[in-house]
Amino acid sequence: MDISLLLKMAADAEPDRVGLTCDGRNWTYAELWAAATGAAAVISRSECTHVALLDTGSEAAPIALIGAALFGVPYCPLNYRLADADLAGLLARIEPALIIGDVERVQRLAPDATHKIYSRADFVALAEKEAQPEREAGEDEGIAVQLFTSGTTAAPKAAILRHSNLVSYILGTVEFGAAEPEEAALVSVPPYHIAGIAALLSSIYALRRIILLPAFDPAVWIDLAAREKATNAFVVPTMLSRIVEALGDGSDAPDFSHLKAIAYGGGRMPVELLLRALDLFPETNFTNAYGLTETSSTVALLGPDEHRAAHKSDDPVVRARLGSVGKPLPTIELEIRDEDGKVLPAGEAGEIYVRGDQVSGEYRERSALIAGGWFPTRDAGYLDEEGYLFLSGRADDVIVRGGENISPGEIEDVLLTHPCIADAAAVGIPSAEWGEAVAIVIALKGAHPGEAEIKTLIRDRLRSSRVPERILVVEALPYNEMGKLLRREVRRLLAS
Amino acid sequence: MKAGSKLKSAVDDTEVLLVKAPAAGVLACGGAPMVAERTGERGPIDPAFAETTKMGKRYTDAAGTVEVLVIKPGAGSLSLDGVALQLKDAKPLPSSD
Repeated sequence: MDISLLLKMAADAEPDRVGLTCDGRNWTYAELWAAATGAAAVISRSECTHVALLDTGSEAAPIALIGAALFGVPYCPLNYRLADADLAGLLARIEPALIIGDVERVQRLAPDATHKIYSRADFVALAEKEAQPEREAGEDEGIAVQLFTSGTTAAPKAAILRHSNLVSYILGTVEFGAAEPEEAALVSVPPYHIAGIAALLSSIYALRRIILLPAFDPAVWIDLAAREKATNAFVVPTMLSRIVEALGDGSDAPDFSHLKAIAYGGGRMPVELLLRALDLFPETNFTNAYGLTETSSTVALLGPDEHRAAHKSDDPVVRARLGSVGKPLPTIELEIRDEDGKVLPAGEAGEIYVRGDQVSGEYRERSALIAGGWFPTRDAGYLDEEGYLFLSGRADDVIVRGGENISPGEIEDVLLTHPCIADAAAVGIPSAEWGEAVAIVIALKGAHPGEAEIKTLIRDRLRSSRVPERILVVEALPYNEMGKLLRREVRRLLAS
Repeated sequence: MKAGSKLKSAVDDTEVLLVKAPAAGVLACGGAPMVAERTGERGPIDPAFAETTKMGKRYTDAAGTVEVLVIKPGAGSLSLDGVALQLKDAKPLPSSD
């Protein structure tokens, strides 16, 4: 079984239904399938070991993804926002690759390499010309996708997802053909992000039309969502923040009554932002998805009913769930463990471990799976009494002060309740007395409340060990383009 | 039979993907054992197994020892050792991507 089967089934069941809208052109499932089979022929001739995409989102992404699967080589979308030196390093790691997208840049960065390079238009035209739509879906069991992790803490790792991982994820989370004919998902995450790949496969299998937004911009997103009558959308928190900002008080907002569902994930969602979004999109169902590249996307989710229940509840435990990532999927096992690997009870924070067919936990160089097939995510978190998962940052981010483990997230959450604090990050700094001590970096949206007031706030809401020894005010905290806080940059700010 | 392989009905158009392979037993469609590749002429569909298979649906037995996904529908219906497979209830999840 390989992922090409997902598109083949869509093309067999509804050949003439539009599966993709991009740059004003509609593609039916039959046309997408035909182009994917043509892409497989082009790839097969190239004698390349990888198919890479160095481009914004377009029809070339699903065509190359499925074409690579049909021929049996990994699809490897690259982050076109990387600096030249970093990108050159990745290009060297996938040689020889068939590369689609920025021809000039590849030639400049890898002049002597044996890559075969096509512009998007040339590749798509060739794929359409060489279509062999009668062919069967493949039966490849190898690597479907290779994604370089964003490397917020170290050099990028080449995470690999096998066909079995991605097919298990789709079969476990999506019902074939579940979408009504008018349904359409607005996809604005970049193609090199796991959410961008999962969005393509999920929508194809649900027979939900994909509206591809090549590069995210809040005004274009709002316009496209309204014009194409999007019923679903996936956003990362920074995108939602910019959409909410662009909509202002909502008085000039277009009619969004068709937008039935917004899913979000890929980073920490500030509760205040979520509450504003819930107000601006009162008819829309919100779903929070938690997942990693190494787990083929979503492993836990907080559904629309749970959002509403939490939004309306007076019970602080239920209300707090707006800040949770929900419950594990039925096909996923999830445990919280301490540093010795002991499983922790509800309420105690530790490292999140997951297990399931969709979990690869594998890198080119090695597998990170441990005994029993469990994957240590390096994310820290805890489960509440009813099994709702709360994240508290990366396990590596935990501050160890005098033997006590402190999650940056708990401090950041309290800081964000202050009306003058726009954003906050807590990290550990070296301390002669404690080993590590808490330092915070904050961005303001009002007058500086004063260090004494901040320290009192933390002491009153948490406890004295959480009180920061250092407070630094900056214009804005450092994020990568997907909205991930760059903690190593935060530490650098404090060190300088 | 192993998980991930494709099987075809010998007597109708049905094709399935084996999501979970049974430890033992004969998987049949339309009353005839399913095959990796069709050969020769199609036999008749057993009227006792003619309830059709539905595109994109999953079928399983009561004990959950086997699970198949229909990737091409047909006129026959599925069975394991002569016992009809049941349509698996889909637990709808909200779309998360």
